[in-house]
Amino acid sequence: MSLSIRIIPCLDVTDGRVVKGVNFTNLVDAGDPVEMAALYERESADELTFLDISASSSDRETTLDIVRKTADQVFIPLTVGGGIRSVADVNQLLRAGADKISINTAAIARPELISEIADAFGSQVLVLSVDARRAKTESGFEVTTHGGRNGTGIDALGWIERACNLGVGEILLNSMDADGTRQGYDIEMIEAVRPITRVPLIASGGAGDLEDFARALDAGADALLAASVFHFGVHRIEEVKRYLSQAGYSIREVSNQ
Amino acid sequence: MIAILDYGSGNLRSAQRAFETTGAEVVLTSDRRTALEADGLVVPGVGAFRSCMNGLLAIGGDEIIRERFAKERPTLGICIGMQVLFSHGLEHSVDDVPSTDGVGVWDGTVSKLNAPILPHMGWNTVVAPKDSALFKGIESESFYFVHSYAAKEAVGQRVSWTEHGERFVSAVEDGAMSATQFHPEKSGSVGLTLIRNWTGTL
Repeated sequence: MSLSIRIIPCLDVTDGRVVKGVNFTNLVDAGDPVEMAALYERESADELTFLDISASSSDRETTLDIVRKTADQVFIPLTVGGGIRSVADVNQLLRAGADKISINTAAIARPELISEIADAFGSQVLVLSVDARRAKTESGFEVTTHGGRNGTGIDALGWIERACNLGVGEILLNSMDADGTRQGYDIEMIEAVRPITRVPLIASGGAGDLEDFARALDAGADALLAASVFHFGVHRIEEVKRYLSQAGYSIREVSNQ
Repeated sequence: MIAILDYGSGNLRSAQRAFETTGAEVVLTSDRRTALEADGLVVPGVGAFRSCMNGLLAIGGDEIIRERFAKERPTLGICIGMQVLFSHGLEHSVDDVPSTDGVGVWDGTVSKLNAPILPHMGWNTVVAPKDSALFKGIESESFYFVHSYAAKEAVGQRVSWTEHGERFVSAVEDGAMSATQFHPEKSGSVGLTLIRNWTGTL
């Protein structure tokens, strides 16, 4: 009896459609985020993440509509990230049915946004998304923006410590070096971040083999986010959970009531 | 009719939809009369103990809850909405402000969990007593938690327990007053079962 590790599928959404490699055979429409969210809930996902990668702010209403429709029929926690710049943006998403929001670029541009959101809604709604890669900074890891294309010169560990002091409730640590490789989570990066924060740590980027999930947990992750391995059916969530359960990790079993 | 007390910002839509799956009519309200007369009142909770209490006080929610408790009208507190039912909360307490007064349905203090990782975030097992009405058929399932503070001493007639660093009260059933530290509206099918168990008693 203990807190279970969490498996979190991540859906990239733009213009109301799931993009970036979705290849499900058992869906009527593989691009519909609401349908995919419901499917992942049935497959025992512990949480869901939508990443809004829309280029223009006019798509905002479309995203809100998807969040509403998802919250209407999916009863597990939903995190929404992408393009969030203000307390008002957060309020809109929470009101639409999001449980948590993740911020990245806007917090780097204006760190006070972290404490503004935490003061208004509590730290528990706020996930700091950190896109980090190896670079010549103090810790050897640098924060990037724009999906890893732009370096900031900001040391990733220093940034995480500062953000935790400002009031984030969770860290989503996304390795830009490992992202999309399916060569495993960035174990060194997880091990470097784990000792400097007491908030839950979600590992992201690089999941491929079943062993990769276990290694990230051993390195100190509390939750595991993955996209393509689930979208392409490389692994089913239930398969990952069965493997981790047999390896001795605490997982949530879904009883179909 | 079920009323969900609306006294601040946050995600109330999921709660509304989850309670609607029982077939009941569900309204979000901050109106005193609607909240007093509803067959069941749900007290959700967002943010910290003090901000939650301030929100409740602003709409007279503390009086509504005490009146429903006195009249044995079914009421369900969720997360911080459970914590504020206690007499004291230590969240954000400092030397000059030792604690925040809660609604005081139960005597007890809500204090920080002694655990290496906080918030306690995710799915954890709830061990409920065998005669529980709330957990009928789901006596040892996992539910979704997000919190750093909790009550640690038993109150009321039936108490359910969960562990994170230490043992804490994850649900209370006390006559018409019920409360869960976890989010049933975010706990998938078992959460919906708990909600149906509660609405079935109304």
